[in-house]
Amino acid sequence: MTGALLLAMMTAPAAAALACIVVRRPRVVELINLIASAICFGCAVPLAALSASGPYHYWDGYIVLDMPGSWVLLCSAIVYFLASIYSVGYMRLLGEDEKLWNFYTLFAVFALTVLLSAVMNNAGLYWIVIELTTLVSTFLVCFERVAESIEAAWKYIIVVSTGISLALLGTVLFYWAGSLVLGPTYDMTWDALRGAAPSMNAPLATLSFLLVLVGYGTKVGLAPMHTWLPDAHSESPAPISAMLSGALLNGAMLGIFRYLTIADAAGIGGLARTTLVAFGVFSLLIGALFIVRQSGIKRLMAYSSIEHMGVVALGLGFGGLLGIAGALYHMLNHSLNKSLMFFGAGNVMRSFGTKDISGIRGVADKFPVQGALWLAGAVAITGAPPFGLFLSELVILRAGLHQSYIWAVLAMLVLLIVIFIGFLNHFRAMYFNDGPDDMAQPRQLTAWCVAPMWLALMPLLVLGVWWPAGMWDHFMAIATTMSGAKP
Amino acid sequence: MLIAHLDPLASSIFSLMAIASLVLAFVMLGSRWLNNYLYAFAAESWMIAVLSAVVGYYGEYPEFYLVAILTAFFRGLFLPYLVWRIIRRLNVAREIHEILQPSSALVVGAFCVIFALVVAYKVGGSLGLAGTVAVLALTVMLSMNLIGFLMLAVRHEALSQILGLLVLENGIFLGAQILVPGMPLFIEIVILFDLLIVVACFGVLVQYLVVHVGSTSSLELKRLVG
Repeated sequence: MTGALLLAMMTAPAAAALACIVVRRPRVVELINLIASAICFGCAVPLAALSASGPYHYWDGYIVLDMPGSWVLLCSAIVYFLASIYSVGYMRLLGEDEKLWNFYTLFAVFALTVLLSAVMNNAGLYWIVIELTTLVSTFLVCFERVAESIEAAWKYIIVVSTGISLALLGTVLFYWAGSLVLGPTYDMTWDALRGAAPSMNAPLATLSFLLVLVGYGTKVGLAPMHTWLPDAHSESPAPISAMLSGALLNGAMLGIFRYLTIADAAGIGGLARTTLVAFGVFSLLIGALFIVRQSGIKRLMAYSSIEHMGVVALGLGFGGLLGIAGALYHMLNHSLNKSLMFFGAGNVMRSFGTKDISGIRGVADKFPVQGALWLAGAVAITGAPPFGLFLSELVILRAGLHQSYIWAVLAMLVLLIVIFIGFLNHFRAMYFNDGPDDMAQPRQLTAWCVAPMWLALMPLLVLGVWWPAGMWDHFMAIATTMSGAKP
Repeated sequence: MLIAHLDPLASSIFSLMAIASLVLAFVMLGSRWLNNYLYAFAAESWMIAVLSAVVGYYGEYPEFYLVAILTAFFRGLFLPYLVWRIIRRLNVAREIHEILQPSSALVVGAFCVIFALVVAYKVGGSLGLAGTVAVLALTVMLSMNLIGFLMLAVRHEALSQILGLLVLENGIFLGAQILVPGMPLFIEIVILFDLLIVVACFGVLVQYLVVHVGSTSSLELKRLVG
């Protein structure tokens, strides 16, 4: 059952990519990609539920469906589905019909690589898949072929490839550390590494972990390795920004989580966690500083992604039941919310014809429905109740108090408040400041552009007031099996 | 483990190849001409290919002969050829934008090696491998990484950055072959192909850079800030 679902989930985008190459008719490729994403989403929900009785291994153990993996799979599939709906509307606005098959082929392959990264059981293969996500998404980032997006793509591939090569170095050194325990040749699965970890040499394991953390941290966008992120997220088409932010970052964060459990088992958890917490706080700081003084609308969202990845890093770094539950819950909330924010940003960007916050004025009057949705999303993403992010951030704060990371909790609180004020101040300006009189009347948007915003906001609201029991059990199981936290 | 009981000849060949690669990394660091970079990189890849074959011979890993052939072909011939074609098409013969003079870069590179040596000694010492080829391999691996980073940081020509990245990965490759020869083969092959894709991507991107930005220097990439 799970095997069939997993296979369907991976085949759908692969088949869609092939079909897009063959068909090439703009309206048809939209539909193909939409169907593939719906299949992925349809498979991801039962997989998340079924993974509780796992883990399931496939293909000689190269593929694994375990609980954290299935959770990330669910987050990614949701974003893929929402972004596919949105891209139907958004890509029509760009008026690049003849290149559309190209876009959807890359889009489907990108989704495939992101989904695959969540089920890779071999640390080496995981690295390869993460590298592939970079290569594919580079071409999506520079899809619009203007100087800015080429610049963003160049920075993206250089910074991320360099960063990720450190993760490769770390992976090799981890293999070495493992080979001193398990013998020269073994399958480098997460379980094997975790099993060998208690007898690993501590300095070598520390060196390896730090390299891996910096490497995958680059991909996650933890400051100070975040420099590619605002450029890539702001210059790619809006659905791709949502995928990069909502799906890809989680996929890389999963790797950090898996290595963190290995570090715990190796007895170097204290140092590993403190480093991760420090990266988290620094990401929040960078996010806060750049959010307050931001002038580009999509860059604002990108820095908010850095902030939220910092929050997830803090949750994982604090650890314990609450920390892990909060971090995983935050991943889902952030995926939903950031999709909503990028969709809204793409909409106003296209209708006002500018990326500058100063050029976007009077949103409340001109777009009553869509504007209200986007504003609600902005309130949600700054961590205000009654939305999901409030709940997950609260849980992470509590986790920090439990694990006596008081300094980090205080820093997080202060920075979240700064971000709340800074972020919403931009929205105040966009919604309630009047623009110049001669401002062009904005373009109206189709339902394709607004419907996914509804679809993202509703669950966010529900998750804010009701934490489903099944979800809590899922997190508890992950926390107890993966990192040995005691209930 | 291979490196723990190695006969002296093998150990000397390993050391020779590792050190030769490191020296070639310095050649790249000290040169201004893109063509020289490229020759040094190709030579370095050949060193690594020879190393693979030697590891395969002494460690009795027959599949390493395949890795050696692939390394020599892809990294020693095909990748340099691709980069050479880009160089010719772009008409950039030398690095003119460096932040650091090649001579100063050499000094900084030397400090990188010292740092790598200290780290390798510490790790090697704690594993009880002090004085073996493992420490040397780790040193070369880490210092080639650092030199790769240095090249990325102080050079601005797009091609130098690609080559910096390749040196970085060469270092990892070299270290991996000595330290973990048992690491499943297919990963190494996939990484070879992966590199090929990387360079293909870079090639395409460099073309775009010329067409849309009008330059291949990353100093011109300054639209996106803040």
